[in-house]
Amino acid sequence: MNVLAVWLGKLTLIALRLIGRRGNALPGLVVEKVFPGYLPRAMATLPEGVVVVSGTNGKTTTTKMVATVLGERLRVLTNDTGSNFVRGAITATIEHADWRGRLPYDVAVFELDEAWAVRFVAIVAPRRALLLNVMRDQLDRFGEIDTTAALLGKVAAATTGDVVLNRDDQRIAALAAKTKATVSYYGVLPALRPLFPTDEELYGGPIAVGSVPARAELLALPVGTSPTIELRIGGTAHRVDLRAEGAHNAQNAAGAAALALTFGFDSETVAAGLGHVSPAFGRGQRFVVDGRIVVLQLVKNPGGFRQTLRTLDGAVPVAAIVVVINDDYADGRDVSWLWDVDFTALAAVPARVYTAGTRAADMAVRLRYDEVSTDEVEPDPEKALRSAVAAVAPGEQVVIFSTYTAMWALHATLLRLGVPQ
Amino acid sequence: MTLTLVHLYPREMNIYGDTGNVLVLRRRLGWRGIDAQVVPVAVGDALPHDVDILLGGGGQDAAQGDIGADFASRGAQLRAMADDGVVMLAICGTYQMLGHEFVTQEGRSIPGVGVLDVVTRGQSERLIGNNFVDTPAAGRLVGYENHSGLTELGSGATPLGTTQTGRGNNGRDRTEGAVRGNVIGTYLHGPVLAKSPRFADDLIRRALARRGESTDLEPLDDTLAERAAVVAAGRPR
Ligand SMILES: [Zn+2]
Repeated sequence: MNVLAVWLGKLTLIALRLIGRRGNALPGLVVEKVFPGYLPRAMATLPEGVVVVSGTNGKTTTTKMVATVLGERLRVLTNDTGSNFVRGAITATIEHADWRGRLPYDVAVFELDEAWAVRFVAIVAPRRALLLNVMRDQLDRFGEIDTTAALLGKVAAATTGDVVLNRDDQRIAALAAKTKATVSYYGVLPALRPLFPTDEELYGGPIAVGSVPARAELLALPVGTSPTIELRIGGTAHRVDLRAEGAHNAQNAAGAAALALTFGFDSETVAAGLGHVSPAFGRGQRFVVDGRIVVLQLVKNPGGFRQTLRTLDGAVPVAAIVVVINDDYADGRDVSWLWDVDFTALAAVPARVYTAGTRAADMAVRLRYDEVSTDEVEPDPEKALRSAVAAVAPGEQVVIFSTYTAMWALHATLLRLGVPQ
Repeated sequence: MTLTLVHLYPREMNIYGDTGNVLVLRRRLGWRGIDAQVVPVAVGDALPHDVDILLGGGGQDAAQGDIGADFASRGAQLRAMADDGVVMLAICGTYQMLGHEFVTQEGRSIPGVGVLDVVTRGQSERLIGNNFVDTPAAGRLVGYENHSGLTELGSGATPLGTTQTGRGNNGRDRTEGAVRGNVIGTYLHGPVLAKSPRFADDLIRRALARRGESTDLEPLDDTLAERAAVVAAGRPR
């Protein structure tokens, strides 16, 4: 059966490639329909089972961190294509199985969004789960933040071995009560806590410092232009050069480290693995286009947008900012969330500002009320990108903040126009 | 002259970007040289004496429970303020609480403060999507609705407008929102004032008129907001 499922999936993939399409969902869909039992059977052959990474923000980069660290010792299957649905997981599995239907891996690490994670764990019980945070996101889909937290509770409940929780997000820490698995925590040093506001804290709630001991803890953030962070992993402090920039990624590195410790990894191996992590798709990826540096940052919700805005105080001056806001289904139809992001700091950045996407005008209105003026409102993201690159001098930096659906086209354009760094 | 804007429960009643309404009013006043003081009012805080405009947003169902008793305890004061012509913009959850009561799905009645002659009933389906509403006073309002309560208007409330694509108050009679004097309740997030500058200025004029000040407002360049409103009205629900 597995052989037939793998053949079907692989042939669908090949057919898609032949007609020039990048297929993530379709092969998974076809196999899901014809062989509904394929995924659980394939996963059951993995000696270390499945790791699920979920939460509102940081899933993709954290999944990459976990996969890279575990890769120091294990053969890791992961859905590294940015597709975080059950069908994406099936497609990744099919792609990596051999033609005899066997999966030559020790463990699978899957990024799943909150709703899909629930559907996934109903089919495959994960051995381990790493749950990051609950922030307001896609309320047009989930309705409320508490609903989202309840979904993650189901993931914790379905997990059989270890659940690793963010001590510093109360909605996540509270999920310890929902699971029979072994619970461990990661966190940040209490002195750093104000830099990592939870959803409540962003709106005036008091900073709540968790008291449960964390197995991995962020001790220090990078200073100046150095990428070095300091992490306590188990009982030992380590310095790690983290290429995924931004404070939020340093926090997620502690989560990845705590998860790796549940495999019995020693702290040196974990630290070395984190040093090998490169930025994930659209999460701080850099390209050189005609001597200009272009940075691609995905934004999906206010918490994440605030975090990536903080990466603007880097070493290279930013000469142009392009904000691309689409409102297709995968982006979220409601753009009200842009009003939960504080853009006032941009007024002091001497950069040209472009807004693009279906909601380019909305975004320009939002900026105007933070007294940031927009130089160009250009709904076509590619045109906006080209104008921005043409307007800055060689050596200068263009930062693109983009919602999900515009990212693929922007990424493809950047690969055509420039070179990844 | 300084106008006092009260932002009610900024911590609990804020999940759909309604805080933006406060910012829009503050800037539109500021750009015209009118000072605005924004007073956040949390559970247990006293309301300031001379309120010109009071704003409240939508929250999680649980948050509405957290602030319920505090809100109820302000009933007499809020009714007096409404009678006194204080301008109020109540979105979603705050709109529901300004009514007579909210009847939960289980049939439990949570009393409101009775500032608006409306009653809301909880149900399981959420009404979610882009929405635009035509109003007699401020033209087309463009926003986004996301609520599960169904609101019925009594004879003492006038609908704010007629919904075009959205479900509005109750998904049945095409009405959206409710008005009584200077008190306006609506389900429009967005935030509603962002893409409806005429509506924002209408609220400001009401507040100035109540003070006996001139209601001549220096025009602002709202080209971007108008463009954004046209785009939003053309997007799928
Ligand atoms: Zn609402």
